Amino acid sequence: MANQISIGEPAPGCKKVDPILVANKVTRVFGGLTAVDVEHMEIPRGLITALIGPNGAGKTTMFNLLTGFDKPNTGEWTFDGKNLANVSSYKVARMGMIRTFQLTKALSLLTVIDNMRLGDQKNPGEGFFQAFLRPVWKKHEAKITLKADELLKRFKLDAKREDYAAALSGGQRKLLEMARALMSDPKLVMLDEPMAGVNPALTQSLLEHIKGLKENGTTVLFVEHDMHMVRHISDWVIVMAEGKVVAEGPPADVMKNPAVIDAYLGAHANSDLGDIDINSAAKETN
Amino acid sequence: MDWLNALNLTFGEFIGAYTAAYVLCALGLAVHFGFTGLLNFGQAAFAALGAYGYSIATLSFGWPWYSSVLFGLLCSAAFAVVLGIPTLRLRADYLAIVTIAAAQALKFAVSASIFENVTGGSNGLSQFGDSFYALNPIPKGRYDFGVFALSENELFIRIVAWSLIILIAVFLFFLTRSPWGRVLKGIREDEDAVRSLGKNVFSYKLQSMIVGGSIASLGGMVFVMSSQTNQPSNWGTNFTFMLWTILLLGGAATILGPIVGGMVFFGLLMFLQSVMEGLVNMGWLPFLDIAQVGQIRFLLVGVALMLLVIFRPQGIFGNKKELQFNG
Ligand SMILES: Nc1ncnc2c1ncn2[C@@H]1O[C@H](COP(=O)(O)OP(=O)(O)O)[C@@H](O)[C@H]1O
Ligand SMILES: [Mg+2]
Repeated sequence: MANQISIGEPAPGCKKVDPILVANKVTRVFGGLTAVDVEHMEIPRGLITALIGPNGAGKTTMFNLLTGFDKPNTGEWTFDGKNLANVSSYKVARMGMIRTFQLTKALSLLTVIDNMRLGDQKNPGEGFFQAFLRPVWKKHEAKITLKADELLKRFKLDAKREDYAAALSGGQRKLLEMARALMSDPKLVMLDEPMAGVNPALTQSLLEHIKGLKENGTTVLFVEHDMHMVRHISDWVIVMAEGKVVAEGPPADVMKNPAVIDAYLGAHANSDLGDIDINSAAKETN
Repeated sequence: MDWLNALNLTFGEFIGAYTAAYVLCALGLAVHFGFTGLLNFGQAAFAALGAYGYSIATLSFGWPWYSSVLFGLLCSAAFAVVLGIPTLRLRADYLAIVTIAAAQALKFAVSASIFENVTGGSNGLSQFGDSFYALNPIPKGRYDFGVFALSENELFIRIVAWSLIILIAVFLFFLTRSPWGRVLKGIREDEDAVRSLGKNVFSYKLQSMIVGGSIASLGGMVFVMSSQTNQPSNWGTNFTFMLWTILLLGGAATILGPIVGGMVFFGLLMFLQSVMEGLVNMGWLPFLDIAQVGQIRFLLVGVALMLLVIFRPQGIFGNKKELQFNG
């Protein structure tokens, strides 16, 4: 079970050779419910990491905490060596850590292309006084529009360019949100269920696109229920259940891990995880 | 019945100084609500601060018109910051509550007798326009526009007010079409999404409050300058709700909307009044007397507004496409 990602044997909370994100003792309690209770978690740089676990495991809450959209009860974390606890969410994004939302947040009454343009972080025209000086931002605007159009084409949204985002289907909004997140060339993208509701005809090209991100040096952390996708593209898998990291490792090993099968399936322990639809399995266990 | 008279009076309202004042305040509200999604129910306070800032600077400090204008603008900008800092980080409805309360508090403060020698208490202030009207290049006299005639000063304030509206409209045209304006619209749609893209949402909301509030304070100055009287009773919740009516009538996320909305609103009020007065005089409305007409017209405008909201919810200039996803 040798690998070049973790230091030593893969185990829950194990250290990585080159982590981009390191979290320590992060807890978040809602009323009496401990949604997140992560002792230690490291995300390897430049790779694709899947965060899996049944519904209610605390994956989305963990995303919210790491990106400054929620405040933890305890804990701290660093991104790229910089301390991030108590840093507001927009600053987190400015540091190059961009997330998407499980419940999509397309900006409905903006056109698709304007949604994309908002993803850029260096537009001088977004300053109040420069806003009046069109020559100051015209060139930059043209540049990001070009980039946006390329991304839209890759995500098969180019035909929708001038439509309001509200007119898109649920799956298309997911795609738009992901494309928009890429506008700023983030160091780390965090995708919360990027494939949920996306037309199956598109998933293959999306997978290729996520792999392409890795080739460009972007680190990807994504939450996903589709085990085919997890197995197909991830280099590393972290499993959460009831707020804790219960297992991690290379995908093939993790899927065989009894703790994982247990967390997901309970009674269905004998089936192969890669062959079943986790969504319905998780529903059964609830 | 004298239709020509009714139309003339209506036209008089279209270009009236009060209409212009309301239009300016509604343009400020369009920045807050239409473009940023901020629920400001205290726009009267921003207008009042412009009006009081100007008149106090002139009367108490003896400042010339331009310093007084600047002071009025500064007062409302400061108010935007004071209101914004505690509320703009909270959920949208907090701003609504705080703005209503702050506007009422301000109204009580300026009418309180302790500040009487500065604010004039419940009587308000008057005769602060000399420095402004001294700029008037129009020769003394009566200028005839059909049934209504204007003095040189009445004409001057109208010219200044409507030029100001054109100026502000152009200013907003460029602002809302810039990347800065795009961020505001993004915040209106979903502020968390905009945050996740690395924008300082709080700072943009504060900027929007200041810009819209400053425009409203110009409206407040125009309002009191036409009669040279500034009374606390002008700045009640009534004022704010008229602005909302105008904004929704014209279309919230547009620039032409509040302008035409204001003209139509006051034009319609006047038209209804003169037509109904005509009908009463002809004995066609035996159940009404002339004094009641003034109230009935508001009722009719209310009904018209309801019909508008039902059949054209996006307002006169709003984009139908934008609205159909809201329901
Ligand atoms: N804002 C909230 N208030 C109360 N409970 C919450 C809140 N957000 C999440 N939870 C609870 O925390 C747990 C983890 O939720 P979540 O992070 O959404 O799980 P996952 O994304 O893994 O499905 C769930 O039990 C959920 O009900
Ligand atoms: Mg989730």
